[in-house]
Amino acid sequence: MALLRRLARQELPLVSFTLNGEACLGRAGDTVLTAILTQSDRLRLSDFSGGPRAGFCQMGACQDCWVLTTDGERIRACTTALEPGMNLRTVTEPRS
Amino acid sequence: MRPLIVGAGPAGILAAQTLVNSGIRPVVIDEAPSGGGQIYRQRLVPDERSAKDLYGSEANKATALHRTFAGIRDRIDYHPETLVWNLRDKVADAVTGHRTRRIPFSHLILATGATDRVLPFPGWTLPGVFTLGGSQIALKSQGCAIGEEVVFLGSGPLLYLVAWQYVKAGAKVAAVLDTSPLSAKLHLLRGLFAQPSVVLRGFRYVTELMARGVAVRFGVQPILIDGTARVEGVVWRERGEEHRLTCDAVGYGFSLRSETQLADLAGCRFVFDTRDRAWRPERDGAGRTSMPGVYIAGDGAGIAGADAAELAGERAGLALIEDAGLLVDRARIGVLERKLARIQKFRDVLESAFPFPETWANSIADDVTLCRCEEIAIGDVRAAVRDQGVFELNRLKALTRVGMGRCQGRMCGSAAMEVLAAACGQSPDAAGRLRAQPPIKPIPMGVMAQEETA
Amino acid sequence: MSHALHRDVAIIGGGLVGSSAALALRRMGFSVVLLDKGFCGAQASGVNYGGVRRQGRAPEQIALSQRAHAIWPRLKDLIGVDGEFVRSGHLKLARTEAEMASLEAYATRVADLGLDLELIGGNQLRERFPWIAGDVMGASLCAGDGHANPRLVSAAFAHAARRAGVDVLEHTRVSHVERATDGFYLWAGSNTEIKASFVINSAGAWAGPFAEAFGEPVPLHAIYPSMIVTEPLDVFMSVNIGAEGGGIYARQVERGNCIVGGMRGEPLAEPDFSRPTGSGAVTIMNRAAALFPALRHAYAIRSWSGTEGEMADRNPVIGFSRTTPNLIHAFGFSGAGFQIAPGVGEVLAELVRDGESRTPIQAFAIDRFARTIQGSRADNGLEPKKRETAR
Repeated sequence: MALLRRLARQELPLVSFTLNGEACLGRAGDTVLTAILTQSDRLRLSDFSGGPRAGFCQMGACQDCWVLTTDGERIRACTTALEPGMNLRTVTEPRS
Repeated sequence: MRPLIVGAGPAGILAAQTLVNSGIRPVVIDEAPSGGGQIYRQRLVPDERSAKDLYGSEANKATALHRTFAGIRDRIDYHPETLVWNLRDKVADAVTGHRTRRIPFSHLILATGATDRVLPFPGWTLPGVFTLGGSQIALKSQGCAIGEEVVFLGSGPLLYLVAWQYVKAGAKVAAVLDTSPLSAKLHLLRGLFAQPSVVLRGFRYVTELMARGVAVRFGVQPILIDGTARVEGVVWRERGEEHRLTCDAVGYGFSLRSETQLADLAGCRFVFDTRDRAWRPERDGAGRTSMPGVYIAGDGAGIAGADAAELAGERAGLALIEDAGLLVDRARIGVLERKLARIQKFRDVLESAFPFPETWANSIADDVTLCRCEEIAIGDVRAAVRDQGVFELNRLKALTRVGMGRCQGRMCGSAAMEVLAAACGQSPDAAGRLRAQPPIKPIPMGVMAQEETA
Repeated sequence: MSHALHRDVAIIGGGLVGSSAALALRRMGFSVVLLDKGFCGAQASGVNYGGVRRQGRAPEQIALSQRAHAIWPRLKDLIGVDGEFVRSGHLKLARTEAEMASLEAYATRVADLGLDLELIGGNQLRERFPWIAGDVMGASLCAGDGHANPRLVSAAFAHAARRAGVDVLEHTRVSHVERATDGFYLWAGSNTEIKASFVINSAGAWAGPFAEAFGEPVPLHAIYPSMIVTEPLDVFMSVNIGAEGGGIYARQVERGNCIVGGMRGEPLAEPDFSRPTGSGAVTIMNRAAALFPALRHAYAIRSWSGTEGEMADRNPVIGFSRTTPNLIHAFGFSGAGFQIAPGVGEVLAELVRDGESRTPIQAFAIDRFARTIQGSRADNGLEPKKRETAR
């Protein structure tokens, strides 16, 4: 299910967050992108065809990794550090 | 005097250090949380890996650059995690989180770096496909491989470097698929004289990859990245035969492209760089652009790599100091310019060794997604040429939405230029260049304006 | 001279007015050359907000506006694309009692002109349009109005004109026009000379010098309305929004992007182009986020502005020159030309063919300024307060 595979940083402190209502664990120093893609294989659905997307450039350029928080904020996953207690949501239904 | 430096990679940091050494206090704005740029990017928190683990042969350079930046911290005004989203009349609009402020400046040094140049293929938007730069960041900054079995595809020195870094870090690399032919690598023999250590290191990467059982293929023509919900494999053609390899991730790219939006907003004149196949700001050997008081250095001024970026950053800093009527070290300027010239010559060699896949633009199928933001297909470009007589990129954008989405053409711009030019039977420069529009990256509608900082 | 053309009509300016006139004239059988210094429809016609509205126009514009109103739903037949035209309705908000009174007064003034305005009180407004927040007193709805995509419409008119047989010469700047006894002579581009029986000056913000060359100076100055666009969002905005008193206008396209305007940009060093100011863009974004809660967490992905000609009295100039036979002016739409332009094109064609139009245009005569010359209004970077300028 995970897309990314951790090779290092596996001893760093755990950071708990919520993804689509489920409790998850990341590591200190993770970006939101890493935290999600080490549990899941997508970050969003594309705006028009609804195809699965999981980021691309990882350096804040392609704008293809935007996810949501439960209070409606938008977050660019690759340039946002994971913080304890984050309540994240990925778009799972095509846009109305 | 209040110079603004945008970007804290090798070019920006050296430019800042040069100014500081002359007693000038610059403002340095960078999108990342810490200095180093993409090439010497730092982790968010320290971990068990050494600098050698992270940066390999460039570990000493990386550490030195980080140390340099730390050393000037209290003599610059540094704004990390900040995006300059607009520039006009010597004022920059800079956003940090949800706050934006106007930052007036006397001079501007743009050290905005580069991103991967990508060319669309069927399947390139699937989860598990990342750019080469993105694959490298996943490893360096996050300690992650982009998958269990990774294929690297494309062209350029980064292809082999990233593959080798992956193998070193314990990832499984299924293959390295180089779109340029093996024969092109003969050009590297020329480079042996110019930059022997770089060329030999490249050869070492390839031999070590092969020794570890990684398939290295040349003259590859990618057909598709297989999969529905995520990457399941790669299909390519090689010497007329079709091959398929199972994998769950693909890292790919075709050299780099300069980030030039701010130079455009600053009013700089652009020229077409035939080697980079891209428009870049016009500059002299010192990094002066066509706009007085605006300087440019590093990969944002044309692709030349990290070593050149450090030299060019320092050179641009000296140019600014000189133009401000202060004393500069002429001998040092001579050294910098000679070194830069040598690297430029070597870039010609690299470009011949990793040539752009010229046949791509005519062979790519109509139904392939070109613009991943707006989901516009290759065929939409050809239709606009055929049905509406389009021959220019901004007109193409207006009529098809290519480059109109969140990334403003960063990912599709190069490819759109190639397809448009090919469909018109013209050379790429004839397609023109996408004009930049603020905000150069998305900013929140609810962004709060802060008082001007003097 | 290496390129000579002899045509019935030469049109200077390939915006929506010029290109729709070109198309209408060609269909009447005239030979036409359409000249633009850049791409057709690349200035105000192509980069404007995209409002297709009659509501809020001065009463003297309504007949023309109604004529255009009948054309918009027929775009597909006329130019081959629908231009993303939607008859969404145009809702003009009042934020104060005084503004509501002003909307009511306007509704009374145009009551007989067929706009079918519906005045909506505050409570009903909140019920029918719950996605609008803030202290809104009420609104006026013109259900027949809507919006369209200017990028597509303007280029498509020029393209349709070309297909119909108009010589469309883009990147061909007209450097000189003069009238001789046997007609007009125009020099354009590097090597084009044109002889024409009629000239239409539809050069938008660049029309002033052409009028002046024929002894008709006009109080025309350039304005730079600026817009921002959001990322694609779930569709929530069901109507085209304007505001009495100005300051904001907004619409959402089918793909989900919201387009918001209300401030003005500034010209660049190359004055054919302009760009929103940073603070202007932030002001528009903040206003939109306050008025529409759905935009509170959204991101702006791009901003732009266009160059438009504004007249001192904010009415266009449409009609024959008073100094020069067979010269026709059509410019100065003052930020409100998009909706009426296709109607203006038909009117211009009638002027060439019949010497008059069935639509009243006396109010737009160029010599009105000779009678009451007014200084050009100081542009303070804000949209005018009196009338909305959603174009």
